[in-house]
Amino acid sequence: MSVTLDIKLKRANKVYHEGETVAGVVTLCCKEPLQHNGIALSMDGIVNLQLSSKSVGVFEAFYNSVKPIPLISSSIEAAKAGKIPGGKTEIPFEFPLISKGNKVLYETYHGVFVNIQYTLRCDLKRPLLAKDLSRSCEFIVHSQPQKSKIVPTPVKFSITPETLQNVRERSQLPHFLIRGHLDATSCVISQPLTGEVQVDKSDVPIKSIELQLVRVETCGCAEGYARDATEIQNIQIAEGDVGHGLPIPVHMVFPRLFTCPTLETTNFKVEFEINVVVILQDDHLITENFPLKLCRV
Amino acid sequence: MASVQWRSRGRNYEAELQRCHPEGLPVEFGDYHPLKPIMVTDTKTRRGARKGSTSSSSSSSSSAPVDPLSSMLDGTDPLSMFAATETSAAASHGSSVGDLGRKRRVKEEEALGADFEPWSTKRGEILARFTTTEKLSINLCMGSDRGKAPNPGSSAVSEKVRTRLEELDDLEEGSHRELLNLSQQDYANRIEELNQSLKEAWSSDQKVKALKIVIQCSKLLSDTSVIQFYPSKFVLITDILDTFGRLVYDRIWTMCLDPRPLPDSFTVEDVNDTAKETCLNWFFKIASIRELLPRLYVEAAILKCNRFLSKSGIQETLPRLTAMIRGMGDPLVAAYARAYLCRVGMEVAPHLKESLNANVFDLLATFRQISGDSVQKQLHVQKVEVPAYLTLYSPAINWILQCVAYRAPEQLLTEMMERCKMMANNALLLNSIMRAFRPEFVATRATDFIGMIKDCDESGFPKHLLYGSLGRSLACADPPESERLTILNEAWKVITKVRNPQDYMNCAEIWVEFTCRHFTKREVNTVLADIIKHMTPDRAFEEAYPQLQSVIRKILTYFHDFSVLFSMERFLPFLDMFQKDSVRVEVCKSIMEVFIKHQLELTRDPVILNAMLHICKTMHDSVNALTLEDEKRSLALLIIGFIRMVSFGRDFEQQLSFCVEARATFCNLEPVLVQLIHTVNQLAMETRMVMKGNHSRKTAAFVRACAAYCFITIPSLSSIFSRLHLYLLSGQVALANQCLSQADAFLKAAVSVLPEVPRSISVEGKLRSSESFLLDYINNFLATLLVVPDHPEHGVLYLVRGLLNMVQDYTWEDNSDAKVRVYISALPLLAAMSQETYLYSIPKMDSNETLYGGDPKFLSEINKLCETLIGQILDHLKTLTRDEQSVRRQSALAFSLFGVLLAHGDLRNNKLSQLSINLWNLSHKHGHCETRVSIRTLESIRHQAQRPDMAHLSDTIQRLALQSRT
Repeated sequence: MSVTLDIKLKRANKVYHEGETVAGVVTLCCKEPLQHNGIALSMDGIVNLQLSSKSVGVFEAFYNSVKPIPLISSSIEAAKAGKIPGGKTEIPFEFPLISKGNKVLYETYHGVFVNIQYTLRCDLKRPLLAKDLSRSCEFIVHSQPQKSKIVPTPVKFSITPETLQNVRERSQLPHFLIRGHLDATSCVISQPLTGEVQVDKSDVPIKSIELQLVRVETCGCAEGYARDATEIQNIQIAEGDVGHGLPIPVHMVFPRLFTCPTLETTNFKVEFEINVVVILQDDHLITENFPLKLCRV
Repeated sequence: MASVQWRSRGRNYEAELQRCHPEGLPVEFGDYHPLKPIMVTDTKTRRGARKGSTSSSSSSSSSAPVDPLSSMLDGTDPLSMFAATETSAAASHGSSVGDLGRKRRVKEEEALGADFEPWSTKRGEILARFTTTEKLSINLCMGSDRGKAPNPGSSAVSEKVRTRLEELDDLEEGSHRELLNLSQQDYANRIEELNQSLKEAWSSDQKVKALKIVIQCSKLLSDTSVIQFYPSKFVLITDILDTFGRLVYDRIWTMCLDPRPLPDSFTVEDVNDTAKETCLNWFFKIASIRELLPRLYVEAAILKCNRFLSKSGIQETLPRLTAMIRGMGDPLVAAYARAYLCRVGMEVAPHLKESLNANVFDLLATFRQISGDSVQKQLHVQKVEVPAYLTLYSPAINWILQCVAYRAPEQLLTEMMERCKMMANNALLLNSIMRAFRPEFVATRATDFIGMIKDCDESGFPKHLLYGSLGRSLACADPPESERLTILNEAWKVITKVRNPQDYMNCAEIWVEFTCRHFTKREVNTVLADIIKHMTPDRAFEEAYPQLQSVIRKILTYFHDFSVLFSMERFLPFLDMFQKDSVRVEVCKSIMEVFIKHQLELTRDPVILNAMLHICKTMHDSVNALTLEDEKRSLALLIIGFIRMVSFGRDFEQQLSFCVEARATFCNLEPVLVQLIHTVNQLAMETRMVMKGNHSRKTAAFVRACAAYCFITIPSLSSIFSRLHLYLLSGQVALANQCLSQADAFLKAAVSVLPEVPRSISVEGKLRSSESFLLDYINNFLATLLVVPDHPEHGVLYLVRGLLNMVQDYTWEDNSDAKVRVYISALPLLAAMSQETYLYSIPKMDSNETLYGGDPKFLSEINKLCETLIGQILDHLKTLTRDEQSVRRQSALAFSLFGVLLAHGDLRNNKLSQLSINLWNLSHKHGHCETRVSIRTLESIRHQAQRPDMAHLSDTIQRLALQSRT
């Protein structure tokens, strides 16, 4: 006897904001009538923090701080114990997306050390000798648009051997001049990051120019914290020996789920940075770093 | 009824004729003729064509024997018209989604206009042109390299099993394949395999795998290792991208089918959320592709899907993608990426011109890179010459410029030209401009272009290519009249200096068209001379047959006057360059086709005749034992067409000697011989017409010569029916020309050939019984025999007897009534022969009627003969009683004999009358007669019986009973 249990949300993109109602249906498909001991639905929002392996030893003391932080939790009984007729049954449900107390519903974010996730879970309890069924489904929360208006401020940059820090043998560096600008460093998350890079001259041909999007996640509290920067994605914007003096567009779409508006709380922080990486054909790697501030409007 | 006495009924043919046409309504030939409408249009077109030709119209218009059937076929032939409607019907029909998608595509292409040369036409050209013999490699790396890391716990699995599992995974996550040492064909096959696996993955709902395949494929485009092959690689891989784009678009489209399909001009509001979300997902996925080139290509491939998301999506994406290409370091890769973007752009949003222009300007900006170090280094490694490298750009640049130039305003084109000048007349660009811009535009500035070509940098791009492109434009559009000669001189000055025969020929071929279009035979002759001069050394022409053929074709399109054509001194020497048999015949055929189509007047021009004879002889000599029947037929048709155009007017003797010569030349093609015999017969008849039937000694000798020609030609034909018909025809002609002994000989020959007729012959490849053909022929023959006077030395009715004897001896098919049918049809002849005045006769020829003057002995001979025949027939009838089938035959035969008796026998004679009644009864005995026919027959007899001289019929009619009534 096969039963399939599924949760379907009304919104195709599964995106909800605080104060809205998460609505959908639980669908049950079975060939024959089905006896059950109740169907329960629950909604949870949790921040999961994880310590990177390199800092585990140091921070065992602050074990408390890496406990998951619940953001929202509620449950309802979708159906009392009883019988479901054969065929397809749909049980509609609605959850108000309202946080309790002074908790803030952070935006959904899938990271390495910080995960903010909202799920709906449906449990079908069955009498003896039959396994309980359960199904969960993630939905996405977008935080409320920020009130303050962002005025994009272009950031210009210019890279030469002289501007570089952290160089081992400056004398061996070939000569180059790379200029460019980012249209803004405080970006709207739904809009791409834009700008231009232009190779004015370079003694050694360029091999590749890349944009590296980096997340900087900080876990911890006042006593101490772990800060880790990891790559989200790397986008190549130039390949090979590009023409000199020709502006090359910088364009990067912020990936969904993996980015969220820059977040700063007492227990954790999520920040983003962008690196403009120029690789020369002799494998010299030139990086220029820009911290970003993401927000939603 | 052992012996029947035959008496022929006396006939008064004139009186009968008058009775049949009481009103005497003559057919008005001038007014209506079923074939007339065709003829009228035909002459009209001919008139129009004649205006162009320079020859004076000396003969009447009716003399041009253009085959009406072939002239009907001039336009689109009905089959291809059918096919065209069928495809459009298929496009408009069908409710399945795929069809819908296709229909939409068709529509949008229409929006582009039919004058835009689509990519599909370029595809094949590029694939054929950019080939390589070097080994290629495909490097596919699906997903990350993770799979290469040793799996923990894999030690438990044996090595063999693991490799097998890996093979199964193949294109799955983490597999990495490198295929080396592929030939070009292998490479194309591999790409096609990928195309197939893309479709498979898609249909089995493995969307991620499909995307991976596409990304890997587009990654191949950044590999320029075998650079000569790059354009073809581009074509192959963009096919996959197109497939992918279509799949994605169609899928999202189908998601919007509910509740009803989207209209063609849908807006964002019509698209449901699920579809939008899916579409958005694709774009997010693609935006995160790490490498530049795949990201660009894949996004371009699904550019059209922007329509689902926002109104201005395409408009915003195109410029962004255009700018993105700047990041590509390799100028060749970039140029092709631009070409792809333009291609997609033109397909999806032809109205967005700005990004096209931006592409061109960016392209110009990257030209410097071509001479840059990295490119030069690469060329050095691959050992590719700069000119060869530059030609690799042409397809891409041509395409981009074609997109830009499509319906572009004049000033844009002028601006492009100026920019080109600014780029120090970059030859590559100049070439593409000439290829892509409207020929009219180029033609009006031809002199400017020539100047620019002159100023071009000699290194790099070969000039003959530039002149080739210019020539191509000038072939379709006319430069100002005054400049034409200078243009030709300037161009030819350069062309003639090209050393490589292949390059020379490619260029010369193009310019021949311009020369033919605007100049006279003198210039064309010069050009031909130059080509001969270049192509003869080292037999260079052997490599250039297609081009040489095209030269001939072009000349033939412009020169229809063959006297002019053949008076070009160099034309025939030019033809001599075609030394490969098949090509030579091909060329000759094309010349002949044009000749037949455009030579409107009969000709006796010795120049034309000699040249054409030469050409026809070439065609004829190509026939050998292996030649296909169809090929022979078409060759014969062409040669016949020529023979029909030859006329020496009143000089009949010369015409005859031409025919003699032609017979010697074309002895292997039977249809030609048949035509020659017809021509000679016609000649004899024309002579007769000229002499108004009274031959002088000289003309009599001439017509005899004609007869002799036919008589000795006919036996060389292998088709027995051709022989028979021609004997009969020639015999008739001989009779008409009072050549009695010749006519006798022809007819005798025919009779003697008859026994050789096989029982079955092949008609259109099928074996069929020859009986019906033979019967027809014999009837025809009998009709002729009426007017053939008996030979004084042979007995009475020598030929008739001969024929009947032969019929008796011929081995007819078993169970066939053919013999008896011949007998039955011989009766009317014999009846006609016994009349005082014959139904027809040949002017100035004495038939038997005057020869015997109704001699009773002659008449009794005839009657005896008739009686024998009737006896034979009756004997045969008696045998037909065995089964249903033969009874039916018996009835039919009896009825037809009855008909003959009624029409030709003298039924006043009791015996005959009795016989006819018996026959009537016999035919009705078993009820196989059609009642309607019987009733009509009775009515007709009743009608005849009303006439005073036929009153006896009323007795007979009393005794004719209709069996079915009883």
